[in-house]
Amino acid sequence: MSPSASGRIPTDLTLEGGAFNLLLGTTLSGKTTLLHMMAGLDRPTGGEIWFNGKNVTGVSAQKRNVSMVHQQFINFPNFNVFENIASPLRVARQSRAEIDRKVGEVAELLQLTQLLSRNPQELSGGQQQRTALARALVKDSDLVLLDEPLANLDFKLREELRDELPKIFETRGCIVVYATSEPAEALLLGGHTATLHEGCVTQFGKTAEIYRRPHDLLSARVLSDPPINTAKIRKTGNRFILNENVSWPVSRALKAMADASYTVGIRPHHISTSSTTDAVMVVGKVLITELSGSESTIHFEVDGRTWVSQSSGIHAFEVGTEANFYIDVARCLFFDDQDKLVTV
Amino acid sequence: MKRYKWAVPTLYIFFLMLPIYWLLNMSFKTTNEILGSFTLWPQKFTFENYITIFTDPVWYSGYINSLSYVMFNTAISVTVALPAAYAFSRYRFMGDKHLFFWLLTNRMAPPAVFALPFFQLYSAVNLFDTYIAVALAHALFNVPLAVWILEGFMSGVPKELDETAFVDGYSFPRFFLKIFIPAILAGIGVAAFFTFMFSWVELLLAKTLTAVDAKPIAAVMTRTASSSGYELGLLAAAGSLTIIPGAVVIYFVRNYIAKGFALGRV
Repeated sequence: MSPSASGRIPTDLTLEGGAFNLLLGTTLSGKTTLLHMMAGLDRPTGGEIWFNGKNVTGVSAQKRNVSMVHQQFINFPNFNVFENIASPLRVARQSRAEIDRKVGEVAELLQLTQLLSRNPQELSGGQQQRTALARALVKDSDLVLLDEPLANLDFKLREELRDELPKIFETRGCIVVYATSEPAEALLLGGHTATLHEGCVTQFGKTAEIYRRPHDLLSARVLSDPPINTAKIRKTGNRFILNENVSWPVSRALKAMADASYTVGIRPHHISTSSTTDAVMVVGKVLITELSGSESTIHFEVDGRTWVSQSSGIHAFEVGTEANFYIDVARCLFFDDQDKLVTV
Repeated sequence: MKRYKWAVPTLYIFFLMLPIYWLLNMSFKTTNEILGSFTLWPQKFTFENYITIFTDPVWYSGYINSLSYVMFNTAISVTVALPAAYAFSRYRFMGDKHLFFWLLTNRMAPPAVFALPFFQLYSAVNLFDTYIAVALAHALFNVPLAVWILEGFMSGVPKELDETAFVDGYSFPRFFLKIFIPAILAGIGVAAFFTFMFSWVELLLAKTLTAVDAKPIAAVMTRTASSSGYELGLLAAAGSLTIIPGAVVIYFVRNYIAKGFALGRV
């Protein structure tokens, strides 16, 4: 599958079956548009969409074997749960016995067996979304599109379904495309991720791979929550110089880097409030502290830039005071003047 | 003060019901009693007036004529408005917002303005004095109204419902009939009610476009009054009966009327 809009918006993407494919990006980054084009609901303004060696660019949604689950809980209000799940099969004119068997199977899988005679309005949010998922599953589609399916669920249900989803799709040969705006969700689901920014695919690959080695600053930004900290840095000889007070020696692995200006990217959990070996200290003015149970998120200012530190344990700082933060410099990412990751 | 809290609503309802009570009261009196004395309830209770209406074809055909054009009008208004409202609620096309707004201009002029052109037009195509003429004339202001009401209700249904159906394999007509119409059934009921009521109470066009065969009940009432003296009891009975269709229709959509007055947008 490769929707490629020629010229203005590069979205070349080849998706394969078996694994979870994630579209990760903020609101308005183009996730839903991309899904609509894959479903055949929207036509791309340029480029082509291929499926299994066939050009399906102009083929309508009805003629593609796809199913889709939306962020809102969408079920047909005048059908009960059974009829909702059975609806794609009814349209495909399958026999009654076949429909009963398939709906029963899927309902079992999604724990809806007790609810088959209810109306969607009588279900909780989680049950409504399970019904929508069941309808997407029952059809044996080649392509299953999930548009932030868990975003409207409460925390507990979200965790539950997030665990189940990859298992449910594991045994099916279909291509699953899952759009999400949460980097944490992408990392939990694993599989492959395409990071999207303003309608462009910035990177596509194994989720963990993108996290460890993002091609460029944009991809690093998309797959980081809280946002990755950045600063201008200079390499001169054997030292990285952040400002007149902070500098550290260049590690052996990065010796080959040319002396120049770079952008350094440091993930929030690589900045700690307590000293460790090899860590480099910076002094920052504390702006906000968010303490959540066992984790502290501290926003602070260094050279006019706002940075975020995330570390386990409760570290309460007075807002407005200066505090010491420790950067795990071995984990820093360096981007050149084109915002591409520096690889040596 | 608190002890008289009930007084305001009671008085309000009293004055509200007074004319309706008086109409019913008169309908059960003889004309002599109405003209001769002032009585709070019928002294000589009579069904005579109602019996006349249900047995005299001049009278009951008036109801049949009125109901024919009103129901025909409701049917075409809602049928025509459904696809139009769907287009306005789901698609963006050039000038959609303007067109949607200017639909309502048909309601900005008094219907009387159109009486003369309609009279000429329908005479020319031999539709004069048929219920079709009146129904089509009323569609002029009822179709825009129905489009506005239905558009409101349709916009309350998420677009994702349509997408889900198409992805599931539904063709557009099948989706529209099997899923979309049931989803906005309340809206259709409200639109039908409003078009029914506006057509039912409209008098000027209905009178202008009919002569003998399709004469609406309101026209029958005025003419009978002039031809055979003042048959006030009969008129009151006829008037009482005109309330019934509206009351029946409103019963079915009573829970959605408020949303209907807001044109489906709440």
